[in-house]
Amino acid sequence: MTALRYDHQMIAGWIAPGETVLDLGCGDGSLLQHLSETRRVLGYGVEKDPDNIVACVANGVNVLQLDLERGLAGFEDDFFDHVIMSLSLQAVHNTVGILTEMLRVGREAVVSFPNFAYWRHRQAILNGHMPVSENLPYQWFNTPNVRFFTIADFESLCAMNGIAVLEGIGFDEGEVVAEEPNFLASVALYRLARTG
Amino acid sequence: MTQPQSVGVVAPQSMRFTEPLLLKSGGRLDAYELVYETYGQLNAARSNAVLVCHALSGSHHVAGHYGGNAADVGWWDNLIGPGKPLDTRKFFVIGVNNLGGCYGSTGPASINPASGAPWGADFPFVSVEDWVCSQARLADALGIERFAAVVGGSLGGMQALSWALQYPERVAHAGVIAAAPKLSAENIAFNEVARQAILTDPEFHGGNFYAHGVVPERGLKLARMLGHITYLSDDAMAEKFGRNLRHGKQVFSYDVEFEIESYLRHQGKKFAGFFDANTYLLTTKALDYFDPAFEFGGLLPAALARAAADFLVISFSTDWRFPPERSREIVGALLHNRRNVSYAEIASDAGHDSFLLDDSHYHGVLSAYFDRIEV
Repeated sequence: MTALRYDHQMIAGWIAPGETVLDLGCGDGSLLQHLSETRRVLGYGVEKDPDNIVACVANGVNVLQLDLERGLAGFEDDFFDHVIMSLSLQAVHNTVGILTEMLRVGREAVVSFPNFAYWRHRQAILNGHMPVSENLPYQWFNTPNVRFFTIADFESLCAMNGIAVLEGIGFDEGEVVAEEPNFLASVALYRLARTG
Repeated sequence: MTQPQSVGVVAPQSMRFTEPLLLKSGGRLDAYELVYETYGQLNAARSNAVLVCHALSGSHHVAGHYGGNAADVGWWDNLIGPGKPLDTRKFFVIGVNNLGGCYGSTGPASINPASGAPWGADFPFVSVEDWVCSQARLADALGIERFAAVVGGSLGGMQALSWALQYPERVAHAGVIAAAPKLSAENIAFNEVARQAILTDPEFHGGNFYAHGVVPERGLKLARMLGHITYLSDDAMAEKFGRNLRHGKQVFSYDVEFEIESYLRHQGKKFAGFFDANTYLLTTKALDYFDPAFEFGGLLPAALARAAADFLVISFSTDWRFPPERSREIVGALLHNRRNVSYAEIASDAGHDSFLLDDSHYHGVLSAYFDRIEV
């Protein structure tokens, strides 16, 4: 959980007071609750898991039960200051579709994801097994993750699709990784915008 | 955790209003009576009142049961009571029979003071907005300036939405469940067939059947049978009845053979035994006319700009009468207006009727939402 909270702290640093924020795959709404308390944001979460919907409502967070695979058709262009997707991108099939949608409805997108090329994951593969770690806590046969990618892969995808990387931070065990993030960072966090 | 309980024995109350009510149709009611029930206690600050609005065939009898008849349970009893999602230890809950109804509030079977005979066909058209207006007068009389919540399913959800638009300062939270911002052409089509069944029944007598000592039972029965088809889902019907044959084989007759026929006939007959045909007509028209966006060029976001409440919107996956997309229209329009809104889409196989059931996710969301409301 340390890594997750750290991820949330970093994200909060990018959110200005009073912003309108959308959190895709918002879980129990703890990030939005934090942003609402510390930044007075108008926040909405999107979730599909019934238990998380109940948890968000119990936490006083606006939550909309929608399936992200259907895109963000109900949302207006440029409505949000930030559209956040924290540790969920790897669980969405239509990767480019959702990134494009995030940057349609939001001025900026904030995305965090587990880095598959993290050295411990590489070590697991070298030892003959799919990686299981704090940020990839599932076994290969029960994982909700459907896209397995690295920091290097993500940056190539952004370049190919005209997505501007405004900031990118890799971190591991609650610390920013200064060098070789694709090797040393377990989680990556990006601030993205449309180009031009 | 206390075990959820019933509110127990309840009794309806009645209030008479003598300030004329001008109706959306242009008609008016100079005086009228509203029958209602309450559960729980209004707190000293008068801040814990929740209004529950009923749907087409519902009434003010929302929870509990009448003395001597434990079977006559309120239509939303699974939601309301001590320890239930709408907890009567915290909230003061009110159910009202709508104007034009047939459960005690002034309606077509009431005596028209101008003629001394039942109103019948002369009872004016009433709208969702008129109902809300009359409910607001009841709230005035009970000393409730602002509701902690107004909640309803189906047509009741439309009233909750309308409350938030007509009296934005009087609604803290609106619960809009299994509803739609307006009826589709298909919805109106079903209503029209139901109305034609009643209107063409020879015993309808142009709405003045009371004078003839009859009721248009066949018409009402057909209307209800049709309604029931739209309240269920294909899956629910298949599971409950399938193609089950009463005689175990095909007997080539127009009597009941398939179990679904038996069910519909039973439901229709039962309904025709107690429901007023004119109320059915008026209520389906109120449904058809409901369209808050109409005066805003059809733009729902513009219509909802007036709303100041926080919203909970809930739909059900197999509801094809008011499917999830219709609820998402409401959510989108609320989002446009930067309202606080949560939306749950409950996986259920029971169709439109799901809103009356106690699915754990559904009631979990309602519990969590009502728990958060400050009174």
